[in-house]
Amino acid sequence: MSKVSEDIINNKADDNTTSAKVKAATVWLDGCSGCHMSFLDMDERIIELLQKVDLCYSPLVDHKDFPDMVDLTLVEGAVSSHEDLEKIKKVREHTKILVSLGDCAVTANVPSMRNPFGVKAIMNHAYVETAVTKDIIPNEVVPELFEYSRPVHNFVKVDLFLQGCPPPADAIYFLLTELLEGRMPDLTKVSRLGK
Amino acid sequence: MVTPGKKVKTFTIDGKDVSGTEDQTVIEVCRENNIEIPTLCHLDGLTEVGACRLCLVEIKGSNKLLPACVTKVAEGMEVLTASDRLKNYRIKILELFFSERNHICSVCVSNGICELQNLGQKLGMTHVHYPYLFPKVNVDASHERFVLDHNRCILCTRCVRVCDEIEGAHTWDIMGRGIESMVITDLNKPWGDSDSCTSCGKCIAVCPTGALVEKYKNAVDKTSKYKKDKLKFLPYLTTMREVKNEQS
Repeated sequence: MSKVSEDIINNKADDNTTSAKVKAATVWLDGCSGCHMSFLDMDERIIELLQKVDLCYSPLVDHKDFPDMVDLTLVEGAVSSHEDLEKIKKVREHTKILVSLGDCAVTANVPSMRNPFGVKAIMNHAYVETAVTKDIIPNEVVPELFEYSRPVHNFVKVDLFLQGCPPPADAIYFLLTELLEGRMPDLTKVSRLGK
Repeated sequence: MVTPGKKVKTFTIDGKDVSGTEDQTVIEVCRENNIEIPTLCHLDGLTEVGACRLCLVEIKGSNKLLPACVTKVAEGMEVLTASDRLKNYRIKILELFFSERNHICSVCVSNGICELQNLGQKLGMTHVHYPYLFPKVNVDASHERFVLDHNRCILCTRCVRVCDEIEGAHTWDIMGRGIESMVITDLNKPWGDSDSCTSCGKCIAVCPTGALVEKYKNAVDKTSKYKKDKLKFLPYLTTMREVKNEQS
């Protein structure tokens, strides 16, 4: 058993007085939210998981700030802008086990399809060539894009990779239940790129 | 398959006693003995090029790793096909394939039947450690029925060989060197303008990825005439050719 999974178990044991639940979070970077939809596709199994897991931070819950320390974070999406990078750096600092959830996090997938063309050409295509209202390339609200959209592990250490576009709900359930049992799961058996 | 008139060699693969004739390669003997070796460029019925390096094996007494598809069997050789060292290298080779062009499985017509994608899962490639290159390469859709997408090409040269050796047209070839190599039709003409292409579709059938596909068809489409069931398709064609040659 690896060090990180032991942490989960120990944490559970130590924290008996306050909360026996594993603290988990999910983050959404440059992706389509499909991985989060797949997470919801676990259906009633989510209720079963919530007996053991406290979902502290996620697009699916209301908390605004990332907690001090969580045991597990699932990250969806590629890193495409400074905003994404700042987010993921902060998440990494406050997470014991970071999981790349889905192809965008693992390979940059669809967001990376712009990479061969360059940011300038892409922005021009989206906001000028095909614009029906006003042809202005926005410089506020929309975060400035990096030259390349890249996978999460290019920027921070990632502990586990769950491939799939999106990873099937069963694969996400397998990932979570194995981690809760203190095992590092072999995820290549339950999903693959593009699944 | 023992060829008459050829000497038989006995040796071991992963500690198992095996035999083959002197004209056989290590990969052939492995296949006959149900020992799996991953490969993307080898295809029964085509000549060997040793391009993909996935079938590398260890042979006792040699410091180098040798490709099983072009290594002839020898008396007493001790072959290892699945050591940790080999498994490690094979995953690295796959990662290099993925990082070199723009392989985006989720939007690919070959998603689900791609040999590169399947090997990624089978060999346990969790992610690509190397930086992706994101090269800007073209898609040639000038042919009436087929498409060439360089983004998904791994330069296995199966198309080049099947076109030359089975169809006899030699429309396909390789241009450039190293990482800049590209498959081309005729003398780098658009495929649609090719004089030599017979539109037979053999290249479509043998392509391990989604680089060569039929237009308007998903490669897993059951109505596709060029379904990627190459393992049955090519041996049939070669056998028919040999039968015809023997008769004439």
